This record gives sequence, structure tokens and C-alpha cells, in this order.
Amino acid sequence: MVQVLFIFIPIIAAIFIPVLFKKVRGIHTGWFVLIVPVVLAAIYASYISRVMHGETIVSKVNWVPSLDISFISYIDGLSLLFSLLITGIGALVVLYSIFYLDRTREQLHNFYVYLLMFMSAMLGVVQSDHLISLYLFWELTSISSFLLIGYWYDRDRSRFGALKSMMITIFGGLMMLGGFILLSIMGETYSIRELIAQAPTLVSHDWFTLSLVLILLGAFTKSAQFPFYIWLPDAMEAPTPVSAYLHSATMVKAGIYLVARLTPIYASSEIWVWLVMGVGLFTLFWGSFFAVKQTDLKGILAFSTVSQLGLIMSLLGAGAVAFHVDQAQDTVFKFAAFAAIFHLINHATFKGSLFMIAGIVDHETGTRDIRKLGGLMSLMPISFTVAAIGSFSMAGVPPFNGFLSKEMFLTSMLAIKDFNLFAMDTWGTIFPIVAWIASVFTFVYSFYFVFKTFTGKYKPELLPKKAHEAPIGMLISPIILAALVVIIFFIPNIIGDVFVKPAVLAIQPFLYDSASAIPIHVSAWHGFNTELFMTIGIFIVGFLLFLTIPKWQKLYKIAPDWLSLNRLYDRFMTFLDKDLNFISKLYMTGSIRNYLVYMFSFIVVITISTLFVKDAFSFSMEGTAPIHVYEIILILVLIISTITVLLSKSRLTAIIALGAVGYTVALFFVIFNAPDLALTQLVIETVSVALFLLAFYHLPKLSRHEERIRFRLNNFIISLGVGVMVTLVALSAQSQKLVPSITEYYKETVNTLAGGGNIVNVILVDYRGFDTLFEITVLSIAGMAILGMIKLRLSRKENEHENK
Amino acid sequence: METLMILLIGVLIAVATYLILSKNLIRVILGTAVLSHAVHLLILTIAGVKKGNVPLLEEAEAPYTDALPQALILTAIVISFAVTAFVLVLAYRTYQSNGTDDLEGLRGPENE
Repeated sequence: MVQVLFIFIPIIAAIFIPVLFKKVRGIHTGWFVLIVPVVLAAIYASYISRVMHGETIVSKVNWVPSLDISFISYIDGLSLLFSLLITGIGALVVLYSIFYLDRTREQLHNFYVYLLMFMSAMLGVVQSDHLISLYLFWELTSISSFLLIGYWYDRDRSRFGALKSMMITIFGGLMMLGGFILLSIMGETYSIRELIAQAPTLVSHDWFTLSLVLILLGAFTKSAQFPFYIWLPDAMEAPTPVSAYLHSATMVKAGIYLVARLTPIYASSEIWVWLVMGVGLFTLFWGSFFAVKQTDLKGILAFSTVSQLGLIMSLLGAGAVAFHVDQAQDTVFKFAAFAAIFHLINHATFKGSLFMIAGIVDHETGTRDIRKLGGLMSLMPISFTVAAIGSFSMAGVPPFNGFLSKEMFLTSMLAIKDFNLFAMDTWGTIFPIVAWIASVFTFVYSFYFVFKTFTGKYKPELLPKKAHEAPIGMLISPIILAALVVIIFFIPNIIGDVFVKPAVLAIQPFLYDSASAIPIHVSAWHGFNTELFMTIGIFIVGFLLFLTIPKWQKLYKIAPDWLSLNRLYDRFMTFLDKDLNFISKLYMTGSIRNYLVYMFSFIVVITISTLFVKDAFSFSMEGTAPIHVYEIILILVLIISTITVLLSKSRLTAIIALGAVGYTVALFFVIFNAPDLALTQLVIETVSVALFLLAFYHLPKLSRHEERIRFRLNNFIISLGVGVMVTLVALSAQSQKLVPSITEYYKETVNTLAGGGNIVNVILVDYRGFDTLFEITVLSIAGMAILGMIKLRLSRKENEHENK
Repeated sequence: METLMILLIGVLIAVATYLILSKNLIRVILGTAVLSHAVHLLILTIAGVKKGNVPLLEEAEAPYTDALPQALILTAIVISFAVTAFVLVLAYRTYQSNGTDDLEGLRGPENE
């Protein structure tokens, strides 16, 4: 019960932020905010020892009990690790933002409300055991990220970046919802724990692969995997604390979390292994290759984040291989999941610090353009030290934690080579090669980032501000993170035992009994083996490439534009906006005639085809009445007068011909034994003709030159079609009557029950009096409407005069 | 007789449709008027014509013609009269306000 409420603490605290911002102007609002992540981090830290010993903490709050929807907080190794990252780095980011954002110029209440909203959402994502509430928090992270990217909403680029990230992550989120629903239908439960328990039976289900792909779409869009990474570089328009927090340490790892969490369910599928590992590796390569092209500090870091997320993703894919081999404990794949989680922690530390340094550089020099920067080492020594530690760790240089995770990564990728299942033995060699090339580029951009910024020539004439060291408050957070980078290198096994192994147990629950049973011991020195030689190769080639950057950087200009997915995204957005609008304008012409043509054609096509497909057409003359000569004459009169209406040049002829049609119809009523109809028809026709004449007196001539109606072939075909359709339907209906009329009842009872002799009139006012009531209503409404139209004209004209 | 009537109704409906597809507002109204005549005749014809005497108990002897469709048509005649009258005045007002009875000319400001 209580743990669920912890998730909502930040969002509840957010309610008070605007009040504090408005009332307490003297103190930076961030100080109040800081309490929340610190308290939460302390609470979550107190769970560490329990979780280490294999305990899980579950609590539940019902939300919609009738639909089995509830908030379930499930804390095991994986969710505890993420919760600590979220609150811990959250605290550091809030501290950093206190010095980064100006109290007087920025709208801090907006910023911290969004940030706290995000914190709740993220805690909800990693702790939720219920698929639907997981999705709810997932979308809340998208929304709060959208708000934070667009924080400086008066800048075009911010709004563009916010919209782009929103479009892509919401797309993925919706796909993921589809996958979740399929998954919950398959397993008949929403609980992830229960789904994992029945994982072996889910594999054979028809929807298994579909739900797998849909959920992976969600994870890939959120974690900026190829080809969905394009939103991340544009999200760099957010304030730097946001970039450090959301777009390097936490939100982009939501997809990683999802993949890790669902690995026990899906890992037994080959498609999962291939997709996760393949997409991850390709993203790793792609991101690292294009990072060197960037000139914006945060742009480099964005691509580097993309690339490192790809690395973690590919490791999770390799970890899933462990589900496919017997005796997994003896194989090297056990490394992969461990390496993934270990690198996830490392990445959060060094990338967070690097983003903060990029923010400091921006803050103290006024630019993030790497071409204008240089020679800041002596001016900003502390920032340089932190940046160097972060970059070296990212490049995988000892004695920093990135080295350890890189070695484990290479070990895992080398192991894939020897794994002979689903054709990996033939293709497997590619994996370590791609990983190696990507590591070389990682090395290059890490050095590019730190040395192009801090060494070389100082160019004060290009900088908007005079560069100097940042205030100490701003440096605290990156220094703490950089210290962690070094500390983790020296005590990897403590981190491994406390955080990583319980998380690995959650990813591979079938392989180990308890966290302490995971037989992995990280060591910085593991003898002369292939990984070490690969690392040395990375350093040498990477260093050479770094020295020659100006020479080969032109490579990027050869095929920059069409290779860029941004172009494709822009094209797609234009297509949605302008081209689809253009297409709909092609048929939405605004002309009533066109719409009538569509309607008539569809009615004709649908009715006639149904008639013949269902074999419903029939024709018989049985039981029809005999034909007399005067009837044929009447029919001819009717046809002639109708044609006259059609072809007449003047409106007077048309009206008179229409009157002739009406009177002939009345004559038909006479010969068909319908005296009341004939009577009504005669009167109504007379009034109608009078009305037509009255109205037409004021109307224009049929056309300016009293033309005949113009012959149009398609109108002719359509009207012919409508006529034929009605004829066919009527003939079929006339030829096959299934039930007798109910009029027998009226005939028998009209005198006894209703006391009348005129059956038609008794039906109208007695049996079916309601029809008559509302027909009277129709008539009076028409009368009032006509009156209104004539009267309102005057007042509207007056209004028009007033408006002028 | 019914078959012949149905063919006649088919012709009436084809003509009415052609008139409705015209771009002249007045012709459209004429078309709806013809259409309602055709439909009234159709209701009567489908029920079967001349199967008996006028449906008046005191005046004629059984069998009687089906009275129900006659009641329905009577309702329909009145309603179509009301609608026609309304549409006529509407057309008149449209012409007064917009100065045209050309349906192609009567569009929203967007298309101009």
C-alpha cells in the first residue's frame, strides 16, 4: 500500500510548487523541490538490503476494481535500481538546475512542476506491475518530456523538437499499448509477474509474435533506437538539466527497462533476440559514427546517448540468448545481462556529468558550438577534469568504469560468434566486428568532445561571454557523478553484488535461484586475451582517427541529406499536413452536385450489385391487374408532362407541366380506388402550383438566357442508373410477397372498434393517430420557418447596415 | 398493370434524378417534386392496385383495396408539400441574398 503512494509523492509535491514560487520569491524554488528526490532516494536506499537477499516488495492500490485495473508497485532488483537512478540523479539534477536556471528570469514553477510530474511518471513506469498502469505512466513520461523540451516555448526549435519527440514516442506508446493488450489477452492477466510465470505457454500463442513486435516498437521509440532516434538530437533544445536527466539518464532508459523486464516472457523467441540485438548493434554503430559529425556539444552527446543505448540494447539481446542454451550458467552469455545493467549504471553516471559540463560550458561562454570553443582548460580546470573523466569513461579507458563495461561488452559479442543457433555461426562474426568499429568511433567522439572544447587555441573573439569557471554550486553534481565514475571502477564487485545481480535475477529468473548465485566477478585485469587486444586496437586506431579528423570529416558531406532520417520525417509530416489536405480537396470540392453524384453512384452500385450477388431479383406478372386503354393514355400523359418539365425552356412551362404531373397522379389515385388521396392530391397540387407561381415570379429565369437543360452524359448515366435501380427493386418486391397485408384486421374492426366507415380516415386519426399528430407538427414548423425566413430578412439587413 | 406502373415510376425517378443533378436551384426543386410524386405512386403500386373497391364500408362492397398504403401516402403528401413550400421560400431567399440560383456559385468563401 505505502510503496504505491511513494510513486505519487513528486506529483503531489508539484501542486505546492506554484504557490511556493509565487509566495517565496527570495529563495530559489529548486531548494524546496530538492527535498522530494532526496527523501525518496533515502527511502529506496533503505530497501537495498532486503532486495539484495532476494526479497520483493509488493503493494497495491485498486483503481478500477471491476475492470481489474490497479496500481501495483513491485520492487525487485531491476525496479529498485531504476528507482534509485531516477531519484538519485533526479536530486543531482535539481541541485544543478538551482544554479543553472535564474530565479528571476525563468518561469521556475513551470519547470519544476513538469520535472516532478516526470519523476512520478518514471517511478511509475519502473515499479508498475500492472500493464495498463505501466502504459499510463509511460505516456505521462512522454507528455512531461514534451512539456520540458518545449520549456522555452517562444523558440521555434524548442517547439519543433517537442512536437517531434511527442509524435515519435506517442506513436511507439500506442503500438506498445496494442502489444500490452494482446499480451494480457493471451495470459488473461494484466500482471507482469503472473505473465512471466506462465511464459512457457504464451510462446505457442498466435499473437505472441505480433505483441512482441508491437511492444518492441514502443521500447525502440522511447529508447531512441534506429530509426526512431531522430527525436533525441532535436530534444536537445530543452534546458540542459532536462537533457541530462531525461535524455541521458532516465527516460530514454524506459525502453531498456521494458525490454529487460519482458525478457523472461519473450526471450525464448528468436525474433526477440535478433531484433533486440540487431537493432541495438546497428544503433550503436550509427550513433557513434554520426556523433563525430556534430558541431553542437549537446548534439554530440545526443548521438553518443543513442549509441550507448544501442550498446545496452544489444547486450540485453545477447542476454536473451542465455534462454536458448542448456547449462547457461557455464556459458558466457551470463555476462551479457550483467554487462547491460552494469553499463546502464555507468552510462547514467558519466553521461549525466557530461551533459552538465556541456551546460556549464554553454552557461559560461554563451555558446555550445564546438567550432567556436577551445582552450578552456586553463580557464575552467574543474570542468575540464570532470569532462575528461566522463569522456575517458565513455571511450572505455581505464581507470574509469566505462572500461569495465566495454570489456564485458566485447566478451559478450565475442561469445555470440561461437554460438551456433539460428544461423548465428555464419553471421555471428559480424557482431564483434561491428562492435569493434563502433567502439573505435566512440573513442573518437569522446576525445573529440573533450579536447576540441578544452584544448587548442582560446578564441575569445568568437565567444559571446568571457569564459570563466562555473560557480561551485553548479559543479557539485557533475563532481559527484565523476567521482562515482572512478569509484565504480575500483569497487565494481560491490556495485555488482548490491545493484546489478538482483537486477540480473529479474531479467533471467529461470537461470538462477538467488542473486548471490550469479557467478560473475568483475576484474579490471583479466589477463592477455582477445578483449584486451581489441581494446588496445580501439585505442590505437581511435587515436589515429582522432588526430586526422579534419581530413576524413569531409566524408559526412558526401551523402549527408538523403541518408538523414530527419528528411524523411519532415517529408512525412508535410505529407500528413499538406498533401493529404490536397488529396481530400480533390474530392471535397464544395459543390453539392459532386456530392450528389457520389451518393447516387454508390447507392446504385451497392443496391444493384447486392441484388444480383444475393440473387434477389425476380420478375413475375402473376396476380397483376389487367390493363385498360385509358390507363395507357394516362401513363403517356404523365411521361410527356414529366419530359416537358425536364426539357422546358421557361420556368412557366415547367410549373404548368409539373401541375399536369400532379393532376395526372391524382387521376391515377382515382382509378386506383383511393378517393381521399385524389382529393388531397388535387388540392395540394393546386396550392403548390400557386405557390410555385408566386415564388417563381420573384425568382430569376431558369437561366440567364432561358436555356434548355444541358445534356451531360455522366448525369444521364447516373439518373438512368437510379431509375433502373428503383425499377428492379420495385419489380422484385412486387413479384415476391412473403406475408399478407395486415389490412384485414382494419377492415374487420373499423366499424366495431372505431365506429367509422372510411377505413383510410380511421387509420389516420384512430389506429395510427400519432403519424397525423406529427405530420401536423411538420406542417406548422414549415409554416413558422417560412414566416421566420421572410421576417428575419429585415432584421438581418438592419444588422448588416449597423456592421458597415 | 403493376409492371407497367413500375416502369413508369422508373422513368419518373430517372427524370427526377437528372433534374436534381442540374446546377440550377429551381430545377433541383422541380426534381424533388417529381421525385415525391414517383414515390407516392410507388407505395400505392407495390401494395397492388385495383384489387377491390374503394375502402368505404357503407359505399361499396367487399373486397376493398388495401387502405394502409393510402393512409401512408396521405401523410407523405402533406409532409412533402410542407417541405416543398419551405424549400421554395428558401430558394427565393437564397436568390435575394446571393443574387444567384446557380448551385456552383453558391459555395463557401473558401473556394472563391
